[in-house]
Amino acid sequence: MIDNNSIKKILIVGISLCLVCSAIVSLAAINLRDKQIENALNEQKIKILASANLLSEEKTLEEIFSSIEERIVDLETGRFVNTINPETFDANKVAKDPKTSIVLSNDQDIALIKNRENYAKIYLHYNDVELNAVILPVRGYGLWGTMYGYLALESDLNTIIGLEFYKDKETPGLGAEINNPKWKKLWKGKEIYSNNGELAIQVIKGSVMTDDSGFNNKVDGLSGATITGNGVTNLLQFWLSDLGFQPFLNQLKNNKTLSMESGDV
Amino acid sequence: MSKAREVLLNPIFNENPIALQILGICSALAVTSNLYVTLIMCVALTSVICFSNLFVSLIRNHIPTNIRIIVQMTIISSLVILVDEILKAFDYETSKQIGVFVGLIITNCIVMGRAEAYAMQNSAGMSFLDGLGNGLGYSVILIVVAIFRELIGAGSLAGYEILPLVQNGGWYIGNNYFLLPPSSFVIIGLLIWALRAWKTDQVEEPQFKIQSNSLEAEERKV
Repeated sequence: MIDNNSIKKILIVGISLCLVCSAIVSLAAINLRDKQIENALNEQKIKILASANLLSEEKTLEEIFSSIEERIVDLETGRFVNTINPETFDANKVAKDPKTSIVLSNDQDIALIKNRENYAKIYLHYNDVELNAVILPVRGYGLWGTMYGYLALESDLNTIIGLEFYKDKETPGLGAEINNPKWKKLWKGKEIYSNNGELAIQVIKGSVMTDDSGFNNKVDGLSGATITGNGVTNLLQFWLSDLGFQPFLNQLKNNKTLSMESGDV
Repeated sequence: MSKAREVLLNPIFNENPIALQILGICSALAVTSNLYVTLIMCVALTSVICFSNLFVSLIRNHIPTNIRIIVQMTIISSLVILVDEILKAFDYETSKQIGVFVGLIITNCIVMGRAEAYAMQNSAGMSFLDGLGNGLGYSVILIVVAIFRELIGAGSLAGYEILPLVQNGGWYIGNNYFLLPPSSFVIIGLLIWALRAWKTDQVEEPQFKIQSNSLEAEERKV
């Protein structure tokens, strides 16, 4: 029996313990990785479908999702890009790569996202051949961190179907109420442009009165979560501006006959 | 047999890790705004503490005293990573809500405290029971705190509506303070008070006494 505190024993115990532990941890990580990635992807798909109100009990996630067309959009020109495969498109990577993104100046960066990617993956849903919903990825800073979500618009490209967040760090019970179904319901039917065509969608402080001017552009704030509410307003204002999806929405508006088969807008 | 019982049940009320030893407060503050999340956290911590006690105890005769803390930490952190990975794979929704706090079990003083104070000196079976007992003691406090916080703050328990909120067309106005971490301080404080009123031997000697007013003392002399 060697002395427990001899250098030899310390090295033997230390090294073998590390080897055993790292083997167990890596085995678990490798075996569970597929399931974890699947979970994260499913979560995102559920949110995409939920934003356009397409989730249903009868069909599986895959079935519903197969009716959605994924397209890559050049945010600068607003046109579809066919050279990038939507399957392998990684928005995070594109946003971080200086070659495929622009750095926003302080005035431009109202949603506090620092870099804006030049390409974005959007989702189109058709009823037969008629465009039914356009789903746009949006993100912006709330109180504690960036909120990631999807905004679904009807085919008039003005009326909101829904807004869903799939990642946020807001305070549970306060800011995180952006995930409360009751609050999410308020978005349905709201319009992003005011009657004179200005980008006007916003979350206000308090409740919206039905006789309020611009009632259609305003959504009730969450009590105790003013900063989160402002964050949601800012991220919508940014992503619907000419730095965001406005060029694309304009292109789409001018090509109303767009069908599933069509190539470039 | 009675010793095993004592090891298992003592930490629940008599030597509660949170209420008596005031350890592991941080997660009691952070993950108690929803009962379901709290339950998952309790299961996570209890399994980590049970197995870290078990493994530390199994190799206790070979652990060099110079690196014993590092050895304990390595075992504990491996277990925590395992729990975190399993949670991410099988209960993604909750793992998103608990977030960083499962990872922070590594630094939870209760886990290391039991490894150092109990598992280093006792047999594997007893150490496992000690871990289970302390995990349960931690869980009891967390669950009580979570019940108060979620019920008063959000009118629900584990997401099920108990008191219908005004926002959802009911009558109850949720108290937002209870959804914020500081409310746990108040609840834990009240729990410790109640526990010590029940079990008076847990009351500590005051660390200092406030001197009585010198004038009053003079008067008393006179």
